[in-house]
Amino acid sequence: MRSRVNDFAIKLANVNGTGSASANGLIMQAIFRMGVPVSGKNLFPSNIQGLPTWYEIRVNHNGYTARALDYDLIVAMNAQTYKRDVQEVRSGGYMLYDSSWPLDESLNREDIHFIGIPLAQMCNENFKEPRERILMKNIATAGALIELLGIDAAVVAQLVEEKYGRKKALRESNQKALKLGADYVREHYTCPLEFHLETMHANDDKILIDGNTATALGCVYGGATVAAWYPITPATSVMDGFKEFCEQYRKDPETGANNFAILQAEDELAAIGMVIGASWNGARAFTSTAGPGVSLMNELLGLAYYAEIPAVVVDVQRVGPSTGMPTRTQQGDILECAYASHGDTKHILLIPANPSECFEFAPKCLDLAEQFQTPVFLMSDLDIGMNDWVTPKLTWDDNYRPNRGKVLTSEQLDAAKNFYRYLPEEGTAVPFRTLPGVNAKGAFFTRGSGHNKYGVYTEMPDEYQEVMDRLLLKHKEAAAYVPEPIIQKRDGARVGVITIGGCDPAVREALDILADMGRPMDFMRIRAFPFHQNVLDFLAEHDYCYVVEQNRDGQLCTMLTIETPVSKDKIRPVLIYSGFPLSAKNVIDVITSKVEELDAIYR
Amino acid sequence: MPSIVKPKVAHPSLVRNELGLTIRDYEGSMSTLCAGCGHDSITAAITRALFELSTPPHMLAKLSGIGCSSKTPTYFVGGAHGFNSAHGRMPAIATGASAANRTLTYLGVSGDGDSLSIGLGHLCHAIRRNLNMLYIIENNGVYGLTKGQFSAASDVGSRSKKGESNKMTPIDPVQLALSLGATFVARSFSGDKAQLVPILKAGLAHRGFAIVDVISPCVTFNDHEGSTKSYKSTRGRYNVATESDFVPHASEIVAEIGGVGQTNVTMHDGSVLRFTRLPENYDVTNRQAALDYLKAHQGEVVTGVLFADESVPEMHEMNNTPAVPLGSLPFEKLCPGSAELAKLMEDFR
Repeated sequence: MRSRVNDFAIKLANVNGTGSASANGLIMQAIFRMGVPVSGKNLFPSNIQGLPTWYEIRVNHNGYTARALDYDLIVAMNAQTYKRDVQEVRSGGYMLYDSSWPLDESLNREDIHFIGIPLAQMCNENFKEPRERILMKNIATAGALIELLGIDAAVVAQLVEEKYGRKKALRESNQKALKLGADYVREHYTCPLEFHLETMHANDDKILIDGNTATALGCVYGGATVAAWYPITPATSVMDGFKEFCEQYRKDPETGANNFAILQAEDELAAIGMVIGASWNGARAFTSTAGPGVSLMNELLGLAYYAEIPAVVVDVQRVGPSTGMPTRTQQGDILECAYASHGDTKHILLIPANPSECFEFAPKCLDLAEQFQTPVFLMSDLDIGMNDWVTPKLTWDDNYRPNRGKVLTSEQLDAAKNFYRYLPEEGTAVPFRTLPGVNAKGAFFTRGSGHNKYGVYTEMPDEYQEVMDRLLLKHKEAAAYVPEPIIQKRDGARVGVITIGGCDPAVREALDILADMGRPMDFMRIRAFPFHQNVLDFLAEHDYCYVVEQNRDGQLCTMLTIETPVSKDKIRPVLIYSGFPLSAKNVIDVITSKVEELDAIYR
Repeated sequence: MPSIVKPKVAHPSLVRNELGLTIRDYEGSMSTLCAGCGHDSITAAITRALFELSTPPHMLAKLSGIGCSSKTPTYFVGGAHGFNSAHGRMPAIATGASAANRTLTYLGVSGDGDSLSIGLGHLCHAIRRNLNMLYIIENNGVYGLTKGQFSAASDVGSRSKKGESNKMTPIDPVQLALSLGATFVARSFSGDKAQLVPILKAGLAHRGFAIVDVISPCVTFNDHEGSTKSYKSTRGRYNVATESDFVPHASEIVAEIGGVGQTNVTMHDGSVLRFTRLPENYDVTNRQAALDYLKAHQGEVVTGVLFADESVPEMHEMNNTPAVPLGSLPFEKLCPGSAELAKLMEDFR
């Protein structure tokens, strides 16, 4: 059989709460350390123990790391999902199962290979504690995979050493379990399999990090001092990370004080209220949440928009509506966030596609919020936020200084003839603001009720409208300051493909495949709303554009049609919204489903 | 809410406080509430309390939610920043504001609808955090701005202006606060400024969350026969349980403190809450005593400082935040820099 080096996909089917995550992580990290491009997707349930969970690993020497949907090996450790799992193995592929018990005959497939390992039996014989027996089964499986896939054993040994260095008993258990699995497959099967790993050097300048951790780090680097939140999947690890980094970097060396405040709120209504209160009072503040939290925050987001108070909301999008599927991914909150709250509102959205951009955009959100005195959303999603991505090492420019926006000092207030909160200088859209505790001359009454440019209550039609029109102007002005779209053009391209966020790797891979099929297409990934001028230009340059996004209603399509001059018939939605991270195959299937149309264009 | 600017003329004979300011400097714009509204009396008491405490106007932050009560922060201390937020959300806004800058004095004004219905959850959690602020509930037992619906503070049997009788049990903010662990709990009456001013001063000096429930009759929608929050009904059931004086820090009266028959609570800033009258066997630092007294006097409007405890850490002490405002910390203290990041990256290999 032809050997395939560094190009395969495996899927591990487990029961959640059995410790499979640590075994999966070990394999993933070992492959990363071997310098091979890799991605891991954790397809987990909204549950703590007992439900099916899968972990997919794709290895690709070309750097394609979107989901593969074509599994060379499936590790079937969950009897509840055997039947479905066995069907997902590609023809000629492998299924690894626990042969402590005979495999149900109904699961047999003629066209795949079965690798049986008596995992439960081995672990029962070698470990005493019931809990340990369960946990070590996963580690023994990892041991078998090391041999089957040709993972560098020295790398794994090193990882075990790093992870359990000080915990002798755990370290020894892990080492023993790894050896059990490895020894068994070496004795009973030909190792490695025809698809396997060989050391590369693709990861020398890379790290393995999830988007939420990167976002948290970005908030620390961007100078956020107040964070308010309510626990919610999949955003919780943003605040876990922020807390951890603050403990590490924000303990004042002189006073020992915490140069930060993290407030676990009673609900998301309060969380955004705290952010607004803190920002009103001069601190850089943010909250992290998901769609259901944004729903609750709508009320006060309108207040922040209208009263012109900075606020940063990290929205790690999950699947709605309602509770939906909390552990599945989508870009389903685009419309909710762009127009959050009643009345006429428009917000700034920054849309990262990977952890590097999460880190880069977090300070940018804090800057834009203060520059434009308005709410700004960081629109991450579960795939970006909770999965480990191989990404270039994060870097920081020490020349960066926060843009605190237009804030009057006490001296400026003393020198000023008078101060009117919502009266900007001639020709500008953003007025000066003042902070409490600075100067009585800057005092005014912040309110969400109708106000005129002097900051005084009004119900006068022209006074109300004047302020509302300026708010719109402010939003338009932000288009020049948000991250521009990423555009990649190809010779001979006739149509464009537009996407956002976590769809990025799948769409790029799909376009490479389509180009190989003789259908080159231009690529644009939108990274912000309001739309940058380059977005408008790209739309104008193409006969039509596919828009790839993960939601049912084509929310980005909607935004493009109402916020740009593009005509609706130039937009072709490619909507894949079942909740799992996107695969290139998903994209190609939809785009090539209208073969005649494509043929006509590429004739 | 319309605000009408008041002419600011200070008569030379007006008394000046430690900052050289007169009471006029603690006023705001003209009230647009109904003539005779209890809230205006509370505004006057707040103005007096802040003047007497010599709080620098710009160091005060006034916050409110939505409703008649929440309009009032425009009517006092024009030199202070105010935040008229959203219905019920003031405690959340105040929490964030306080987190950002602990050096200001925080004064929240809310109503019974704002605090006991739509914002009840936020109030409870502000109490739990022991947020360092004075929280005033201007309690009239009715929704005034929407014209006369019962509120969660309406007593069973109390009649609305339209004659309807309330059947649901009320939420008593005082008992609620006591049971949630509030560290300063008082009740007063808008019609008793002599009692209210020292209570407000003590509440402002208190370390942590000071809640003052002030019965404040609504002359338009809840001052009729059959209402239990009318001037007449309140006066008829008025029970001054405790009488207290607020003695500022370093005042010459210090020598008197601890006199026979007096109970003193020393506030965090050194000022003293001096009780001149307490019911027999009543310990103002004993939460249960306060609850027992209220139970024994059901049906009465029990007023005074009912409980005070200066020993509980407030939010900033729990969070170990620095003495200076978080928003004022230099960026160099906040950003670990590129070298630290390069080091950190090794943890993600």
